[in-house]
Amino acid sequence: MKAKQSLTDSEIAAIEKEILRVPLPRAACIEAMKIVQEHRGWISDDTLTLLADHLGMSTAELDSIATFYNLIFREPVGRHVILLCDSISCYVMGYEKIYLTLSDLLHIRFGETTADGRFTLLPNVCLGACDQAPAMMIDEDTYPRLQAQQLAHILSTYP
Amino acid sequence: MEKPLTQHISFNRPAFHLKDYERVGGYEAFRKCLTLPPAEITALVQESDLKGRGGAGFNTGMKWSFVPMTGDYRHKYLIANADEMEPGTFKDRMLMEGNPHQLLEGMMIAAYAIQADISYVFLRWAYRKAARLLDRAIAEAYEAGYLGSNIRKSGYGLEMYLHTGVGRYICGEETALLNALEGKRATPRSKPPFPQISGLFGQPTIVNNVETLCNLPPLLNNGPDWYKSLSRGQDAGTKLYGVSGHVKKPGLWELPMGTPMEELLQDYAGGMQDGYQFRGALPGGASTDFLVHQHMSVALDYQSVAAAGSRLGTGTMIVLDDRTCPVGFVHNLEHFFAQESCGWCTPCREGLPWTEKILHSIEEGRGSPYDLELLSTHCQQLGPGHTFCALAPGAMEPLQSVLKYFREDFENHITYHRCPWRH
Repeated sequence: MKAKQSLTDSEIAAIEKEILRVPLPRAACIEAMKIVQEHRGWISDDTLTLLADHLGMSTAELDSIATFYNLIFREPVGRHVILLCDSISCYVMGYEKIYLTLSDLLHIRFGETTADGRFTLLPNVCLGACDQAPAMMIDEDTYPRLQAQQLAHILSTYP
Repeated sequence: MEKPLTQHISFNRPAFHLKDYERVGGYEAFRKCLTLPPAEITALVQESDLKGRGGAGFNTGMKWSFVPMTGDYRHKYLIANADEMEPGTFKDRMLMEGNPHQLLEGMMIAAYAIQADISYVFLRWAYRKAARLLDRAIAEAYEAGYLGSNIRKSGYGLEMYLHTGVGRYICGEETALLNALEGKRATPRSKPPFPQISGLFGQPTIVNNVETLCNLPPLLNNGPDWYKSLSRGQDAGTKLYGVSGHVKKPGLWELPMGTPMEELLQDYAGGMQDGYQFRGALPGGASTDFLVHQHMSVALDYQSVAAAGSRLGTGTMIVLDDRTCPVGFVHNLEHFFAQESCGWCTPCREGLPWTEKILHSIEEGRGSPYDLELLSTHCQQLGPGHTFCALAPGAMEPLQSVLKYFREDFENHITYHRCPWRH
């Protein structure tokens, strides 16, 4: 039988710190999911249950919150997450060409992860870089004024 | 030209640390506030006619005045809405990346005016640089004794936290933001009770936009008369105006409130790129009505833009050019709104995807004349008064105006069964 997983000590310590700031443990659930996702990359069903137990919520209730927010990942993602802006200024400035090029280079479409687990490609609402459209983020880095011919090089800097 | 919002912002050097900001007069306004009765600050802000820069344009001091100042409350909260996600909007990012301490000082002033003891910056995740700078600024402010208990021996205490969100446009709606901060799904709340009475965790709460709050330190230093004198239009102060699209110099500028649209587009954005003609613009983000050629002289302030049939919104303009299909343009907007509907109320949850599908079929050349009637019906049924919050009515603003100003382009798609821009 598989040993029951648990939250790690450092995850629990960080979550407890957040719980101190709010009137009820459950009010810290989004912070708690962020903390665990930071450590594990995504929130699996097992992880969700562990968290729900810790916060005194039902798993279903926590899942209803997890799935509401687009930056809580309920499926595994690649080592690097690409957020490509598909909102209006980037549409006018040609994000579609950027998307097609990324899709060709990585052999994936929006919502998919490369076979080697390196990249996940996701559409994202306006990144607030409209004067420098089209724009995308890879992990914590923002890339403005994108041109299709730069993309192969940019991707090569993310091992 | 005075630029109280951006005078301490330069991207040729790192953003100011607290000491640098103090050297140019930073935190003077807050120190002064600590010696004044809170009601006096609210009255000054109300008199100055500072209007909410998040898009709604409500008088900020009046908003504060609904917070109860007597009675026994466990806490009162002040929240900076830094969840900037309105498509085409990139102004609060500049303020936070450029001078985070001015936002903090504005928050302290607002918090003192309503006697809040806890404050949050609700920041969208994508603004990583702003998050790092705000973290640092908050730590510096604690160290310098501008935050914490008994600030500068005034007896007043304030805590401040940075909360980074995990996505969803609806978190920018102030009651949805409160639910997100409480660790719930970010669906808007029914009003009344208004957040001023029962907000975060049921306590009195004010949510103000970043740009609104950044106005407060200079306003308090110089007074309401000075603040009103900055404007060229019918509303007070300066405004961060942005332009994106196929213009020569897309960007962001702090200009007197009421700067005419033509001046913004020509003198600051440099006019259209070669080979592109102006057809129209959304003056303040995705959820505003189109302005077109006939509106070039409109002063970009709340009242004048409203008189022209649109809204100043966030003041960041998105330009539609002649090489971009208006149907595709609005299809992109409605895709955004359909995706970002929180799903709470039926007209929004069902009507926006329907709208998106109709626009998609017209764009693909599969539309019928009846579709235009259907779209007009949606503009009514998803309009003000029919939905739980302002998301769907906002979504209808570009749609109703595109049907008004660019109807012929829709009819061409339907008549010729194709998109003239794509084929």
